[in-house]
Amino acid sequence: MTARPGTGQDEVSFGRARGRDEPADAWRPGSVAAAAARRPDPGGLAVATIGLAKRFGEQLAVAGIDLAVPRGSVYGFLGPNGSGKTTTIRMLLGLIQPTEGSQRLLGVSMPAGANAVLPRVGSLVEGPAFYPQLSGQANLARLDAADRTASARTAAARIDAALDRVGLLAAAGKRYRAYSLGMKQRLAIAAGLLRPRELMILDEPTNGLDPQGTREVRSLIREIASDGTTVFVSSHLLAEVEQICTHVGVMRAGELVFQGPLEELRGRGAARILVRTAQTARAAEVLAGLGLTDVSVADHEVTAQIGGEAPETVCERLVHAGVPVAGLETPRASLEDLFVELTGEGFDVNG
Amino acid sequence: MSTADLAGAPADAGGAGAGERLAAFARWARLLRSELALVFLRRRTIALLAVLAAVPVLLGVVLKVSPGGAGGGGGSGNGPAFLSQVTGNGVFLAFLALVVESTLILPLAVAVVSGDAIAGEAGRGTLRYLLAVPAGRTRLLGIKLVAIKAFCACACLLVAAVGAAVGAILFPVGPVTLLSGTSVPLADGLLRLVFVALYLAAAMTALGAIGLAISTFTEHPVGAIAAILVIAVASEVADSVSQIAVIHPYLPTHFWLTFDAMLRVPVDWPDLLHGLASFAVYAVIFGSVAWARFTTADVTS
Repeated sequence: MTARPGTGQDEVSFGRARGRDEPADAWRPGSVAAAAARRPDPGGLAVATIGLAKRFGEQLAVAGIDLAVPRGSVYGFLGPNGSGKTTTIRMLLGLIQPTEGSQRLLGVSMPAGANAVLPRVGSLVEGPAFYPQLSGQANLARLDAADRTASARTAAARIDAALDRVGLLAAAGKRYRAYSLGMKQRLAIAAGLLRPRELMILDEPTNGLDPQGTREVRSLIREIASDGTTVFVSSHLLAEVEQICTHVGVMRAGELVFQGPLEELRGRGAARILVRTAQTARAAEVLAGLGLTDVSVADHEVTAQIGGEAPETVCERLVHAGVPVAGLETPRASLEDLFVELTGEGFDVNG
Repeated sequence: MSTADLAGAPADAGGAGAGERLAAFARWARLLRSELALVFLRRRTIALLAVLAAVPVLLGVVLKVSPGGAGGGGGSGNGPAFLSQVTGNGVFLAFLALVVESTLILPLAVAVVSGDAIAGEAGRGTLRYLLAVPAGRTRLLGIKLVAIKAFCACACLLVAAVGAAVGAILFPVGPVTLLSGTSVPLADGLLRLVFVALYLAAAMTALGAIGLAISTFTEHPVGAIAAILVIAVASEVADSVSQIAVIHPYLPTHFWLTFDAMLRVPVDWPDLLHGLASFAVYAVIFGSVAWARFTTADVTS
């Protein structure tokens, strides 16, 4: 970790030191108090990372992020393609070894506690992947057989229940290769539902689905969350998850540029003022005279960042200056605008 | 079975320990059964086994109908030595088939199964799901190795069985005259055939271990399969170049045909044990390479 810029490096090495100090069984009841002393809210987080970083050769894919996913939340993990979301998810599941940092799933240190905690976590990573020659049912049986903590006796019933839940029971005996993309995606979600989970990690669950499929998956996620399961869902489209998320984390070029409740992201929008008037030039002068920035003039409209100014004051000044005000609004920036503002416009994923 | 159950298990040791071990074995066996079904019910595997079984049939038919019969094959080397004996005793068709197939067809089949073991899962993407279950990396690798062993044993025994059966149908069967000139009862001869097949299975398992190691380095099964075949063929070629005889005993294929030691009285045990030791060393070394690689590799497929 030599090429890391400035302050971030301290955070990363701090996280690493802490990861080493912690005993492997810190999650056991006896040492919860000790863990709590070091962490503000150990039991309350389903996913907690400190300075989690991954470097592939020269490229820093994830640059030391501190994820905090509260239990019971639906956490939207957003960012453009290539911003490090999938790498982060792979690290969370122990598929990729982090270069730096420490991480906990459901309070258990990973990847050391993988065998203990992963059975409580359902996941969909980078699209569905199954054996094409096997049926949906046989594919789930294969995954269930790999689970040391799953009972063989209840397997058939659990597999059917999971298939039923995603609406695939009718196609249970059909070969996977004959499934449509939506069915494949649903089978992957069913694999995550083979047993009750405390956390579901879903990487782009709506990728490649038509609007109807997207809606189905969304309602499925809502249903899973209503059972009290924490859902960590990644997407590159804010619109796909904003209706179901309670929290969001936004990635940009490997860094977590925002994290918090969805409302907080909404509140972050820089408020603007919009004045409808026939005399746009005069209005623009007045707004600029008030010290408002980013004044832009359109057809019968003038907008500017309102900053700390009260809309009433602006209106009064306009009227005072003889500008005929036909309408005045203080529109909130849309979430999509905020998202783009955070992640950058298109192709600059490498920052 | 929840994690709480597992956490509570160490508390009541003793009697429960045996039960827990049994349950652990049952869970292991469940994944192994799944793996074996995956390997053996694949159309590709079935086709490979069919080809392996077809060779002794073809050999038998050709020997039966060719006018020269036994006289045609009297040349040098092991194969022709068996060749001349097949028409005299059908059991030798099994030995002949094992010799013929051990040069290319058996290694090819083993390369396909072992090269696909990890690389196939990685290429398909199923590896990430198995590991996220979590299947456990060491456990999954162990299961894969056992499945490869099972395939090697199955392939070699199949060739021997089909060879003996076809030989019995097409040619006379009776007391077996060994390479040392001694004659042993048919039952003794068949027992030796089983040992020869198992010896060759051990040889193939060593190749399978090399294949498994290669398989952990790529997500392209075809590349792994090709690499294994290249290694097997290169080793066989090197083994036939007398100028480098000094390295011959270290080649993975050098002891493959040593099984003819089983067809002598007394059995040439030092040679056989030397061969088995060579296979074991190869299996351990490449099994370790596979383990070291697979337990630390980033799964990005």
